Amino acid sequence: MQKVLPSVAVIAVLIAVWWVTVIATGSVIFPTPWQVVTGAEELIEDGTLFQHIGASLARVGSGFCLAVLVGLPLGLWMGWVRGAYSTLNPIFQILRPISPIAWIPIAILWFGVGNASPIFLIFISSVFPMVVQTTAGVHTIEQRYLQAAENFGVARYTLFTQVVIPAVLPQIIVGMRIGLGVAWLVVVAAEMIALRSGLGYLIIDSRNARNRYDLVIASMIIIGLIGLLLDGAMRLLEGLKSVKWRYAHQD
Amino acid sequence: MRTKIEVRDVAKGFTTKQGPLDVVDGVSFTVGDGEIVVIVGPSGCGKTTLMNMIAGFVRPDRGSVLTDGAERSRPSSNGILISQHGSVFPWLTVQQNLMFGLNGHASLDKAALADHYAAIVGLKGFENSYPHELSGGMLKRAELARALVVKPEILFMDEPFSALDALMNLRMRNELLRILSEERHTVLLITHDVEEAIHVADRVLVLSPRPARLQASFDVNIRRPRKLTSPEVQELRVAILRELGVDRSE
Repeated sequence: MQKVLPSVAVIAVLIAVWWVTVIATGSVIFPTPWQVVTGAEELIEDGTLFQHIGASLARVGSGFCLAVLVGLPLGLWMGWVRGAYSTLNPIFQILRPISPIAWIPIAILWFGVGNASPIFLIFISSVFPMVVQTTAGVHTIEQRYLQAAENFGVARYTLFTQVVIPAVLPQIIVGMRIGLGVAWLVVVAAEMIALRSGLGYLIIDSRNARNRYDLVIASMIIIGLIGLLLDGAMRLLEGLKSVKWRYAHQD
Repeated sequence: MRTKIEVRDVAKGFTTKQGPLDVVDGVSFTVGDGEIVVIVGPSGCGKTTLMNMIAGFVRPDRGSVLTDGAERSRPSSNGILISQHGSVFPWLTVQQNLMFGLNGHASLDKAALADHYAAIVGLKGFENSYPHELSGGMLKRAELARALVVKPEILFMDEPFSALDALMNLRMRNELLRILSEERHTVLLITHDVEEAIHVADRVLVLSPRPARLQASFDVNIRRPRKLTSPEVQELRVAILRELGVDRSE
């Protein structure tokens, strides 16, 4: 309780400043906090808010799952096989700094303006952090553990399932957290282009078609809250007993 | 006594920025079946390199290591290495760690065997704990049990207890001796602690400073259980320390 009190106080002050400023300047476009609340209520009542949230989450879900399915095996392979690393790593290092937003024209060219484009963009944005973290995780497995595995002469399958993958799991979870965070950033941007659903579309539509800045801000706050929830869900994975050894010292 | 391990003139050097560095320079000795041989040497003398060659993790530049008369060039579960920093997998529970080496034996009741050895080393009740929930001494017990459970003929121990405090070190030595009196293993142990060497060894080998050569050998014919304060232990201690270049007056 003592810990959250200061941040609650800061939020309260920010809302108060916002409110007072809007009233003092007599702005007709920029909404007061209360107008944002009633705007959000409106969206909840006509059901559109949950449709938009559902559309965004579905896109993030599919793009992110694809990225996990591709990124984790690729990362493990690049980490374990030296040749794979030296061949592919330079390409990844060049592609990684390109903002996912820069891929939008190509996504539209390849996948049109349907759901495939944002899913592709989310895949692109979250696959790189996962590959990089997983590869680094394999590279940092302590020699003594690999040596012990060698000593007991276990089969390759056992080596991977009981040593390599669990040793890398904490890094994989970090990669997934970063990947999901970026995916949530990107979906909103991707939905601002040519789509008819999603929280990104809701923002752009509220501004363009209706000039409703109360809805714009309500959407922004909802995006922030959902992002927080997604990150919290990923953080729960860090509490798994089999990965705690890695995070324990950070508590 | 049958010869279990024969080390024949092994040597190893490394290339460093300052040029070639001879670490082990022609060490030969044998270890009998069921014998406990302890190697002592000054720190940095190449003890660990020697151990890694004997256990099969490092190939010697020269010479060879024979186990039961056959050359050993790679590690095997017949000789398990326990090292100073330990290698109990932190992502597995104690029981899973103990079952790790048993993967080849599908028909055995692995969990029961694992729990049996957990009990032997005094970890009963901790089978489902994770290593980060255990103390340093308990981790060592888990490591020892994980080695014992595959019934290796040889235990290679490289400063196994030196990361523990003095009291726990002593307790673990007693524990090891108790287990060795119940289960027969050939043991090759490396330490810098002369008292530890005399406590557990049938024979103590003294290494020279780097590059390591065999400098002296002492048979420890003191009846077990040994009293570390007894005059014969003290006498041997002085003799070994003198070989290591430490005089009693210092």
